[in-house]
Amino acid sequence: MATITYRDALNQALREEMRRDDKVFLMGEEVGEYHGAYKVSRGLLEEFGAKRVIDTPIAELGFTGIGVGAAMVGLRPIIEMMTFNFALLAIDQIVNSAAKMRYMSGGQFGCPIVFRGPGGSALQLGAQHSQAFESWYAHIPGLKVVTPATPADAKGLLKSAIRDDDPVVFIEGEMLYNTKGEVPEDEYTIPLGKADIKRDGKDVTIVCHSKTVTQALKAAEQLATENIAAEVLDLRTIRPLDTDAILKSVAKTNRCVVAEEGWEFAGIGAQVVDVIQREIFDALDAPVLRVTGADVPMPYNKLLEKAAKVDAAKIIVAAKRVLYLA
Amino acid sequence: MAAPATSKSRAPDASIVEVHTRYLRQMTLIRRFEEKAGEAYSLGKIGGFCHLYIGQEAVAVGVMAALRGDDYVIAAYREHGHALARGLSPRSVMAELFGKATGCSSGKGGSMHLFDREHRFMGGHGIVGGQIPLGAGIAFATKYQGGDQVCACFFGEAAANIGAFHEALNMASLWGLPVVFLCENNGYGMGTAVARASAVVDLSRKGTAYGMVAEAVDGQSVLAVRQAMDRAVVRARTEMQPTLLELRTYRYVGHSMSDAAHGTYRTKEEVEEYRRRDPINVLADQMRAGRYLDDVAFKALNDEVLAEVEDAYEFADRSADPDPSQLFADVYARGPGKVS
Amino acid sequence: MATKILMEALSPTMEEGRLVEWKKKEGDAVALGDVLAEVETDKAVMEIVARSAGTLLKQIAAAGATVPVSQLVGWIGQPGEALADGAPAPTAADASGPVVSAAPPPGTAASPKAAATPASDPGSSRVKASPLARKIAADQGLNLASVAGSGPEGRIIKRDLDAVNAARPASAPSRPSAGPSWSVSPAGPGLGYTDVPLTQIRKTIAKRLAQSIGPIPTFYLTTEVDMERMWEARASLNAAGEDQSKISFNDIIMKALATALIEHPACNAWWQDDHIRYWNDVHISMAVAIPDGLITPVIRHADRKSLRQIGAEAKELAGRARNRKLMPEEYTGGTFSISNLGMFDIDEFTAVINPPEAGILAVGRIAERPAVVDGAIAIRRRLRLTMSCDHRVIDGATGAAFLKTLKLFLENPLALVW
Repeated sequence: MATITYRDALNQALREEMRRDDKVFLMGEEVGEYHGAYKVSRGLLEEFGAKRVIDTPIAELGFTGIGVGAAMVGLRPIIEMMTFNFALLAIDQIVNSAAKMRYMSGGQFGCPIVFRGPGGSALQLGAQHSQAFESWYAHIPGLKVVTPATPADAKGLLKSAIRDDDPVVFIEGEMLYNTKGEVPEDEYTIPLGKADIKRDGKDVTIVCHSKTVTQALKAAEQLATENIAAEVLDLRTIRPLDTDAILKSVAKTNRCVVAEEGWEFAGIGAQVVDVIQREIFDALDAPVLRVTGADVPMPYNKLLEKAAKVDAAKIIVAAKRVLYLA
Repeated sequence: MAAPATSKSRAPDASIVEVHTRYLRQMTLIRRFEEKAGEAYSLGKIGGFCHLYIGQEAVAVGVMAALRGDDYVIAAYREHGHALARGLSPRSVMAELFGKATGCSSGKGGSMHLFDREHRFMGGHGIVGGQIPLGAGIAFATKYQGGDQVCACFFGEAAANIGAFHEALNMASLWGLPVVFLCENNGYGMGTAVARASAVVDLSRKGTAYGMVAEAVDGQSVLAVRQAMDRAVVRARTEMQPTLLELRTYRYVGHSMSDAAHGTYRTKEEVEEYRRRDPINVLADQMRAGRYLDDVAFKALNDEVLAEVEDAYEFADRSADPDPSQLFADVYARGPGKVS
Repeated sequence: MATKILMEALSPTMEEGRLVEWKKKEGDAVALGDVLAEVETDKAVMEIVARSAGTLLKQIAAAGATVPVSQLVGWIGQPGEALADGAPAPTAADASGPVVSAAPPPGTAASPKAAATPASDPGSSRVKASPLARKIAADQGLNLASVAGSGPEGRIIKRDLDAVNAARPASAPSRPSAGPSWSVSPAGPGLGYTDVPLTQIRKTIAKRLAQSIGPIPTFYLTTEVDMERMWEARASLNAAGEDQSKISFNDIIMKALATALIEHPACNAWWQDDHIRYWNDVHISMAVAIPDGLITPVIRHADRKSLRQIGAEAKELAGRARNRKLMPEEYTGGTFSISNLGMFDIDEFTAVINPPEAGILAVGRIAERPAVVDGAIAIRRRLRLTMSCDHRVIDGATGAAFLKTLKLFLENPLALVW
C-alpha cells in the first residue's frame, strides 16, 4: 500500500480510467493547462492531449449540457465543477436533462456521465463558496450521489462512477484534498451504494460522510477514553443509500447520531432517520439526533464560521445525549 | 427566394416531381396529424401540454430532407412535426401523445418528450433552450469519435435569449462542432412578440457574436429551407463548422392547446395574412404552376394522408397503457430504481 | 385476531367507569361504530362504540361493574376464535344486586413502588419508554409501569431495565403472579341496611370537595345588595319582550358577574400548583342540581353575551344536564362558578370552590327586608351574595373590590351597559 493524498488518489483514478477507455474525457474550467483549480487533473493534458482534457470557458450550463449530449450518444464524460457552488448554474442540465433522459425516453437513451468537484466548506470562503449540496442531488431519482472521505475510497469510487451507466454526482471534500491515506497499489474499484464501517463500536452509531467522517473518527477516539464505543459508519454513497448497513449498525448499538456538513432541513440525515424509525423502531433506545451545519449562510468571521460548522465536539455532545449521559 | 429553375416550356425533371411530391405529402401529413391531435386533445385522449406545429411544417420537412439517416436531430417541445418529418411513424407518435406503451417513448415521455433511437431522434425537451447545449454535445461526440454525422438542433426564437443558447453557440464555434442551430422564428415566444423580448430582432445576427456563419431563411418555403440546410450541412460535415439558421415562419394556432389561435397578443387579421403564405400552399402553387400537380392528385394525396392519420389515431386509441410494473423501470440502467 | 374492548376515558377526569348496560349480547354481530355499552362516567352516561367489526365474543365486565379506564371489558372477534389473556368473566349482576367492582388487574395500574419518577402526569396512563425498552419489557415480561425511568421526562430506557434485571433475584418469577381479585360484599335480606354502590358522580363530588376544603385556603365575603331597581328593570324588560322567554334574576346576576370579572381579572383565575393562570375570557360555571348530584355546565364568553343569550343558554344547558346529556367539553373549562339556592328560600350560604377556579359566588334568595334608605327604614328587596375565595389567588381586598363592583352593577342596572 502506498500512502498518498486524496488529490493524487483522484488523479490516479482519472488517469487509469482514461487509459482503460478512450470514450472517457475530462472537461471543465482550468482542467487542462492549469491542471485543475485543485490540481486534481495534474499531468492529464500532457498524457491524453487537448482532445480528451478540455479547458472550457466559464459556462457551467453550456459545458455541462455538452457533456450530457455527448453521454447520450455513448461517450463517458467527466465534467469537473470548479466547485459545486458553481454547479448551481448547471443544475438545469443535471436535473432536467441528465437525471431524466433514460426515463423520459422510455429507456432508449442513457446518460453515463460524472459531475465531479469539491463541495462543502473550506476556511473563511464566505457564504457563496461554503455549501454542501449533496442532499439537493440525492433528492433526484435518476442521479447517483457519491461523497468519498478517504483517498482509498475516493479512488475506488471514482473509478466505479466513471464506469457507471447512470449520471453520478461525485462530490469531493474541499478540505480533504491534502489528507493522506493508504491506497492499494493494485487495480481496484469500490461499488457504489456500499457504506463502510470506519470504526467498530457497540454503544452508538455515528452515520457520516465526506468531511464529517474525519470528525466522527476524532469524536469516537475521544469517546473511547470515556469508555464509550462509537461505531463510525461512512455512507460513502448517498444515493443509492446503503440502508442495510445503517440498519444493521443501529440495530446493534440502539442509538444513532447523523452528522453532515449541510443544512438540517431536508438533509441527508432526515432520510437516514426516516429509514431507521420506519424499519427498526423497536431497536431505538433514544431518538436519533442530527448534527448539521447551522441554519445560516456561512459567515466569513472565523469564530462565527466555527460556530456554524460541524466538528468533533458537537458530535460528542450528540452521542452523549443519545446515551443519556448529557 | 430560391425556387428551382423550371421552365414552363419543358416537362419537369422526374426526380424534382418525386421530391416535391414527397415534401408536399410530409407537410400535409404533419398538418392533418396535428389537426387530429388537437381533436384528440379536446376529447381528453391527450393530456398535459400539447404544442401544435401547424404553420411551421416547411421548416421540419426542409431540414430533414437535407439530413442522412445517421445524422442526429434534437428539438424542443413543439416537436411532433420534426418527429414525423424525420420518419417516425404516425402510429408511434400518436400513441406517445396518448401515453400508450406503443408510443415512441413507451408512454413515459408524452407530447414534449418524443424519442426514437432508430431514427436518432434525440428527444423533445421541455425546458426552453435546454436542448441547445445537448445538440452541441452530440456534435462534440461525433467529432470526438471522428465521425461525419451532423446534429440538427431545433429551438424556438425565444430560446435565443437564454444563456444556454449563448454558451452553446460560443463553444460550438470555439471548438468547431458539426451542429446546425435551427432557430424557428414564429414571431412569438408564447404571447411575447420578438421585438418585445430581443434587443436584436434580426436573430441571425446573434451568430456573428460567436463568429458563426448565420443566415435568415424563408421558413414558409420548404425549398428555401432545404437549400439553406444543404449549405449548413456541408459546412458541418466537411468543414466541422456550426451554422445558425433563422427560419422565419408562423404558427397558426395558439402556443399550446390551452390558448386561442390569436389570443390577445396578435390580431386575427395578422393570422389570416400569414395564412396566405401557408407553406403547403406555397409549394402546391409552385407545383401547379409547373404542371406537375393538379387538384385531383392533391386531393388523392390528402386522402391518403388522412387515412394514415386515422389509422394512427385508431392504433393509439386501442393500444394498451404501460404496465404498472413500468413505473420504476428505466430510472437507472440497472435495478428497479428505488433507493430506500 | 380478536380485539379488546376497553373501558375508555370518556371524560377528561374519568378514572373509572360503571358499565350501566351492555347494548350487544355475546354472539351479536358488531359493526364499526356500533354502540356496545353504556357507561356512567363521573359526569354523565356515555357510550362505548365498537372500534372494530366482528362478533361480540365475550362480555368480561358485567352490567353494574366498575372498571378502571383502559381495562378490558370485552372482546370482539370472529366466532369460535380463541381469546388470548382471557380474564374470568364476572357473573352478571344488575345494578341493584350485589356490588361488583373490578380491582385493577396487577401490573397495569401504578403500584406504589412505581412512583420513583413519575413517567407522566397522573391523569394519563401512558408510560414513557424508548421503543427498545418496550421491546425488552415485552420479551421478558417486565411491567414497565413498575420501572422508574431515568431518561428525559422519566423515559424508561434500556439501562433502567438492565438495572431491574440485575436487582431481581434469580428465582423471582418473570411475570407478576396473582390473578384478578373481585371483591363481593355480602348482601341479602335481614341485615338492616342496604348497601348502595357509590355512583361515579358521587365519588367525584366527594373527592373534589374533600380536595377543596382540605388544601384550598378558602375565605368568605358576604355583601347585601339592594335589588329594588333591578326588580323594576327586570319587570319592564320582561313586559317589553312578552313573546320571548323571561329573564331570570339568575341570568342577570350571571351577566353582572361576568362583567365584573372583566373589570377584575385577578378573580378570573385558576390555581395551577406552580402558577396562576389569569383568563382573558370569562366562562361561568353554573351549578345545576341533578337527581343524584350536581354538575356545572359552562356559559362560555358570558361577558360578551346578551342577557337573552345567557338566559336561553342556561336554560338549555340545565335541561340537558338534568337528562345527563352534556358532553365533557360542556361542563369543563369554566373560570368562575356561581351557585344559586335562592329558589330553596336560602338567605345566604357559602359555596365550595370548584378547582382549579379561584372563586365561586353563592346566591341566596331575594327577600323583603328592612333596610335604611336615605336615613329612614324601608322595606326593600335585598339579596345576599357570598363569595368563596381561594386565598392563594385572591386576597381579601381583591375579592372585596370585586364584590363591590358586582354590587354596583346589580343596584344600578344601567351600569351594566356602561
